[in-house]
Amino acid sequence: MAITVSRPKLNWSERLYLPAIAAGMAITIKHFKNMLFGRTKVTMQYPEEKWDSHMPEHYRGAPALVRDDTGRVRCVACQLCEFICPPRAIKIIPGEIPAGDRFAKVEKFPHEFDIDMIRCIYCGLCEEVCPEQAIYLRKDYAITGFTRADMVHNKEKLLEIGGVMHGVVLKWNEKK
Amino acid sequence: MLVEHEQEHDYETLMADPATSAQLVNVQINGVWHQFPKGTRLIEACEQAGSYIPRYCYHKKLTSPGNCRMCLIEMGLPKMGPDRKPELGEDGKPVINWMPRPQISCAQDVSEGLGVRTDSPLAQECRKGVMEFLLINHPLDCPICDQAGECRLQEFSVEYGNAESRFLENKVKKPKNIELGPRVTLDDERCILCSRCIRFCQEIAHDDVLGFIDRGSHSVLTAHPGKRLENNYSLNTVDICPVGALTSSDFRFQMRVWFLKETKSFCTSCATGCNTIIGTRQDAIYRQTPRENNAVNSSWMCDYGRLNFGYLQSDKRLLQPEILSGDKLIAAEWNVAITHAAVQLKHFSGWEIAILASGRMTNEELWLTSRLAKILGVELIDIVPRQGPGDDILLSTDRNPNMNGAQILGVTRWPGARLRDITDGIISGRVKALVALGENPIEIGLTFAQLQALPAFVVMNLLEDESISAATAVLPSFGFAEKRGSMINGKGRLQRLNRSVRGPGEARDDWEILRDLIQAYSGQNSETDSRPGGIHSIEDVFRQMSESFPQFAGLSLSKIGDLGVQIFGTEATR
Amino acid sequence: MDYFFLTISLVKIVALLAVVLGMMNYTVYAERRISALIQDRLGPNRVGPAGLFQPIADAAKFLLKEDFTPGHVNKFYYWLAPCLAMIPAITTLAVVPFGSTLFGVPMVIADINVGVLFVFAIASLGVYGIVIAGWSSNSKYPFLGGVRSTSQMISYELSLGLAVIPVFLLIGQLRLSEVVRYQIEHGWMIAPFVGDWANPHKWLLAIPMMISFVVFTIAIFAETNRLPFDLPEAETELVGGYHTEYGSMKFGLFFLGEYVAMITGSAIIVTLFLGGWHFPSIPDGSHGWGWGLVNIFIFFSKVAVLLFVFIWVRWTLPRFRYDQLMRLGWVFFFEIALANIFLAAIILAYFPQ
Repeated sequence: MAITVSRPKLNWSERLYLPAIAAGMAITIKHFKNMLFGRTKVTMQYPEEKWDSHMPEHYRGAPALVRDDTGRVRCVACQLCEFICPPRAIKIIPGEIPAGDRFAKVEKFPHEFDIDMIRCIYCGLCEEVCPEQAIYLRKDYAITGFTRADMVHNKEKLLEIGGVMHGVVLKWNEKK
Repeated sequence: MLVEHEQEHDYETLMADPATSAQLVNVQINGVWHQFPKGTRLIEACEQAGSYIPRYCYHKKLTSPGNCRMCLIEMGLPKMGPDRKPELGEDGKPVINWMPRPQISCAQDVSEGLGVRTDSPLAQECRKGVMEFLLINHPLDCPICDQAGECRLQEFSVEYGNAESRFLENKVKKPKNIELGPRVTLDDERCILCSRCIRFCQEIAHDDVLGFIDRGSHSVLTAHPGKRLENNYSLNTVDICPVGALTSSDFRFQMRVWFLKETKSFCTSCATGCNTIIGTRQDAIYRQTPRENNAVNSSWMCDYGRLNFGYLQSDKRLLQPEILSGDKLIAAEWNVAITHAAVQLKHFSGWEIAILASGRMTNEELWLTSRLAKILGVELIDIVPRQGPGDDILLSTDRNPNMNGAQILGVTRWPGARLRDITDGIISGRVKALVALGENPIEIGLTFAQLQALPAFVVMNLLEDESISAATAVLPSFGFAEKRGSMINGKGRLQRLNRSVRGPGEARDDWEILRDLIQAYSGQNSETDSRPGGIHSIEDVFRQMSESFPQFAGLSLSKIGDLGVQIFGTEATR
Repeated sequence: MDYFFLTISLVKIVALLAVVLGMMNYTVYAERRISALIQDRLGPNRVGPAGLFQPIADAAKFLLKEDFTPGHVNKFYYWLAPCLAMIPAITTLAVVPFGSTLFGVPMVIADINVGVLFVFAIASLGVYGIVIAGWSSNSKYPFLGGVRSTSQMISYELSLGLAVIPVFLLIGQLRLSEVVRYQIEHGWMIAPFVGDWANPHKWLLAIPMMISFVVFTIAIFAETNRLPFDLPEAETELVGGYHTEYGSMKFGLFFLGEYVAMITGSAIIVTLFLGGWHFPSIPDGSHGWGWGLVNIFIFFSKVAVLLFVFIWVRWTLPRFRYDQLMRLGWVFFFEIALANIFLAAIILAYFPQ
């Protein structure tokens, strides 16, 4: 059913619109004046001013792979992040750790681990799904590049961003 | 099988009915009465009645050792009165005398008046306890375990297990990453000692190589001393292993199973045609696993057939149609290559042309081949027979998957009988043009020089072999996983191939190539006897084929179904 | 042939063009900065100090962009339209006196005796640019923009013309330098307190002059397609209006043509109503070339203030609906301007000085 909206009856001065126009102009000039004399707070001037110092703990920046205190790449290429990733930005090619290796007990490692940062939406599901505490969203946010290939973070780049994560569970040790 | 007993149906009349009581017994499952034929396993009966009972050691194609204890249920027998007749309750049904202790449902057959509670507090408590025991020494390997995603331990742990472990001691260490055989890797820590693999080797593969050693929680699965799990059916143990203890060395760490797109197909490595599921991701095949079809392969397949898909991804695949220009092959557009081949064949009359077809082609392709032969006027056409050692289980000595199709469709009556004529004709120079469809003529005794001397040598094949560089036209085609079509296995069963991956490069479906070749040669898409409609899809090919051959009457590719259709008895072929 | 006159004229043309085009570029910059400040933003502040080189970057961008012509347009008229949008707006400035004298040379390019008629004649050509752009683009939105603009401009030209008649009734001449001279002698048209403020006749005349000023200013808004009358290019309704199919510098000409038209319109308002280059107690160029320069500076300062008002209005008021626009033009401004002529005539006839 249609609803009939009754239009307000305007008196003579309202119908002239001039007072309303004057009031509007007064408002805009007030804003102009306040801005001009710096009385209005404006947005952060990004490249000169940065948020880094007071970035919150939960900030979701670029995803990265971490090593633990023993120096092992935490990732075991279970591909759960590849599976969960909504924009399908992650591509993993698993490999097998050779028998003589220090971490041979882990058996599996990511031979290649690419995250396409053009696709990544920084949702953090990869971090959430990771059963090995291997992938974390770091605080890097200025991810730039000149080509599409530049924007794909490979394993080396991811480890470089990720660094070492202390205090994670060491479940692949000999005692287990 | 399952006859749902209606609630208002009187138990006495059922008992009195001689027809039903002769074969069927009444079983109460979770308070509802059902009827099952005598001899049905209780675990199966419950599953048919809609109450799935979790199990590890039980496999319906194997014997029941009853060692995993996962299928414990609460059971009772009818209460017998002093007159040795079951006491009837107020509802006219027997009163059940519930046993105080749980029973395993996998080793129990149904019997008259049996009562089962699959989901009672006792049964639930039992499953929870069994799950906790099984997981005590189980490693937290899931992130690297190939079974993850199709692991019974994971599934039942979610459904019936505890969220947390109460286990405080150190887990028992067992050997990991052992090569049990050339194709199977064993991880003993993951093993739950269900013994399915042991029984499979004994009962199905007839190769008793596996067993348990040591006691208690130190018990491990191992191969008997000096033996390895290397029979041709070893990979079936990987399929039936409910956990990740046995994994395929070929598939190991290649791809997580949840990424795999599963396509129902069948194996084309021998005349048995075992039904399979092809696991693919992004146009790459990762594995082939058997699919249950009791008329063909039960639940098994041989390792040879299972692993015989790598050639589809080999870098020897032909990717681009080529024609001979001057003295070397150059890449050409499809229409150019087809026209080139047709024009070459037009230079010769039928008795100067030979066609070498393949028993690996589908019925549709073979039918089009016979049409091509008819249009060209070719008499000299044959299939290359392919033999190999077979066994009594599944592997056939006939390694061509569709020899029956070739015979039914009249491509050849006695496969291989005319190969000699073809080779002789080519050597003597009487045969001037050869069309090789999916076969390498060098394998039938011709030399490269003889092939190169042919004025026309048209090749349609998937892989580059030594004969290709002698060809005058190369038409790259599809492999079994890339196309649709039907084949008739050695026992006369018509089965269907489904497309699981896209073909590589510019390769095309074989039937399209043959159709285009016929069209380029004869100028028409329809048969000469002016049948309505041309051939625009594989369904059209099948329809036209079924009009000529009564064996296919009333069928279509979709009507063949996943399990195939028996179109003639086994006696007719053997 | 008077070579001195020619040379001087050429120098004046070049100088005026340089000033006006520079002013045009910085009007764009001012528009962006002022609109930003009104909306509590900062606006372009990256290119050069405080973003002052932004217009140069914009111009470079426009010039370096691919200059494509869509396949479906009428090529000749498509290319002609941007020129027609720019040229009339600049040409009008020829008759506007933008200063007193400098070294004894009057600061007006062509001090013709039909000044204001010339202004109207040339300014009316501006509509052709838009109409032709809308038609030759062979596309729906530009076409609608063109149609709107035709009727809008024709409608408001009427009020525009009628609004200035009281001024010329009073002065009796059409030469614009005469208008300025009259205002120096008798005070600005809308400011009776300047000059001999005790004259009651002036106060009486200020009533029709004020009405003229308001109607004329609003009509100039409509003529230059500025908000609240920017219907020919209403983004929310017509994508880009008449210049939807234009890109690179051809679009740039339309875009900048609008600003040149604003400058021209402001210059005419200043000349007719706000005393031109005159400011009380500041002598004219005959007292030294320094004062001549100051007069020019005063003129352009007045223009700049009016430009600020243009921008200020744009970022305050919403756009009119099309029927409201036509109603306003034909029912109100036309009648007001007409009645105003009679009012002025009556005052001049019955209350002589």
